Amino acid sequence: MMPWFLASSLLLSIVGLYVAFFVAPTDFQQGESYRIIFIHVPAAWMSMFIYLVMAGWAGAGLVFNTRLSGMMARALAPTGAMFTFLALWTGALWGKPTWGTWWVWDARLTSELILLFLYIGFLSLTAAIEDERRADRAGAVLALVGVVNIPIIYFSVVWWNTLHQGASVSLKSAPKMATTMLIGMLLMALAFWMYSIAAALLRVRSIIREREPRAAAEV
Amino acid sequence: MQWGSWSEFWAMGGYGFYVWGSFAVTLLCMAGEMVSLISTERAARKHDGEKV
Amino acid sequence: MTIWTRIVQRDLRIAWRRRSDALSSLFFFVIVVSLFPLGVGPEPSTLRLMASGVLWVAALLATLLSLGRLFAADHLDGTLEQMLLAAEPLWLVVTGKVFAHWLTSGLPLVLLSPLMGLQFGLEGDEIAVLSGALLLGTPVLSLIGSIGAALTVGLRAGSVLLALLVLPLYIPVLVFGAAASGAFASGLAVTPHFSILGALLLASLALAPLAAALALRISLE
Repeated sequence: MMPWFLASSLLLSIVGLYVAFFVAPTDFQQGESYRIIFIHVPAAWMSMFIYLVMAGWAGAGLVFNTRLSGMMARALAPTGAMFTFLALWTGALWGKPTWGTWWVWDARLTSELILLFLYIGFLSLTAAIEDERRADRAGAVLALVGVVNIPIIYFSVVWWNTLHQGASVSLKSAPKMATTMLIGMLLMALAFWMYSIAAALLRVRSIIREREPRAAAEV
Repeated sequence: MQWGSWSEFWAMGGYGFYVWGSFAVTLLCMAGEMVSLISTERAARKHDGEKV
Repeated sequence: MTIWTRIVQRDLRIAWRRRSDALSSLFFFVIVVSLFPLGVGPEPSTLRLMASGVLWVAALLATLLSLGRLFAADHLDGTLEQMLLAAEPLWLVVTGKVFAHWLTSGLPLVLLSPLMGLQFGLEGDEIAVLSGALLLGTPVLSLIGSIGAALTVGLRAGSVLLALLVLPLYIPVLVFGAAASGAFASGLAVTPHFSILGALLLASLALAPLAAALALRISLE
C-alpha cells in the first residue's frame, strides 16, 4: 500500500511544482521570492496536522490500549519534526528578502518554533525510556498534554506579538491570492500529505519489525 | 511560461538563492528521510530472508 | 480530605528535614536574577524594563530545579508504589504533593521577589504587580511541572529531559506573567493579565493532576 502513497506524492509534487513555477504569475510586491510559499505553507500545515494526528493515535492507544496506535504516533513524530524544521527554514529564507531579516519574532514563526520544541520533547522522552511499551504510553500522555496546550500557546504568542501580515490563506478568510497560486499550494500540500503517510507506514513497519519479529514476517 | 530563458529561471528575479535554497533543503530532507527508511526496510528484509 | 492534608504535612516535614534542597533552589533563583545586571550593565532604565522578564524566567528555572525531587525520593524508597495502591484517588495524592512542592519552592520565590524587584529599581506598586503575578503563576508552574516529573520519574537523565518537556508548556504563563508588569509600567490595565493567569491556574488545577496521575501509573507499571 505504501508505494501507492509515495507514487501519488511524487506525481502531485511534480504537477504542483509545475503550477508553482510555470503557471503562477509573479507577485506584484514580492516579485519571485514569494514562490517559497509553495513549500513553506504546506510544510507548516503538515507540521501542525501531523502533531494532531499523532495526538489522535496517542489518545486511541491509551484508551483502547492498542499497541499499534502507540507505534503509529511514534512513526509520525520524526516526519512531523522534519516538516516543522522545514517550515522554519523556508520561513527564514522567505523572511530575508521580504522583511530583511532571517528571523522575525512573529506570532506564527514563534509558535512554529515552540511546536518544534514539543516534537523534540516527544522524541527525547520516547527515546529515553528503554521499555518500548512504556515509552509509547508516556509519549502519548505528553502528546495529549501538548495538543491541549497548542491553542493556549498559539493564543498567547499571537497576543504577545501581532507583527505578521494577516494570514494570506486562513480557513476563515477567502484567499487574497491568485487562484493559480492557491491551486499550486494545495497540490503541494496534498503531495506532502501523501509523503507523510508513506513515511509513517514505512517507519511503523520497521518499528513492528523491531518489536515483534515473527509478526513482521507476515506483514 | 514566463521565463525567457533557463538562466532567467535560475536567477528567479534575483531571489534565486533564497528560492532554490529553501527548495533544495526541502528536497534534501524529504528525499533523505525516504531513502533512509527504504534502505532500513530493505536491509531488514534481507536479514529476515524475505523477498527484497 | 484527610489523605490530602496528611500528604501535605508529610511532604512539608520531609522538606523541612531536608531544608538545604529547598534553600538551594531559592539561592539559585537569587543568583540567576543577580547575574543579569552584571551581564547587561547597571543602567537603571534598562534594568527596570527587563525586571519582570528576568524574574519570571528565573522563577521558571528555579521551579524546574526543584521539580526533580517531587517524585524521585518516593520512587526510590517505594512509597510511590504505596500511593498508587492507596484507596484514595491518585490525583488527590498528586495535588497534595504539588501543593507541598509549591509551598516549599514557589511561595518562597514570591516572598523573595519584592527584594529582587528593588534590585532592579522597581517602585512599590510595580513590585506588587510583579509579586501578585508570580503568586498566581508559580502554582501553575508546579502543576504543569508535576506532569513532566511524573513522566520522567526513574529515568537516568531525568532533569534535563524534564526541562525539555516542561519549558514549552510554561510559555503561556511566562508571556502573561511578564506582560502584566509591562502593561502596568505603561499604564495599561492589569486586570486582563491577572484574569488570564487565574484561568490558567484553574485549568491546570483541574487537568494537570489527572495527567500526572496517569503518567505515574504508566511510569510505575
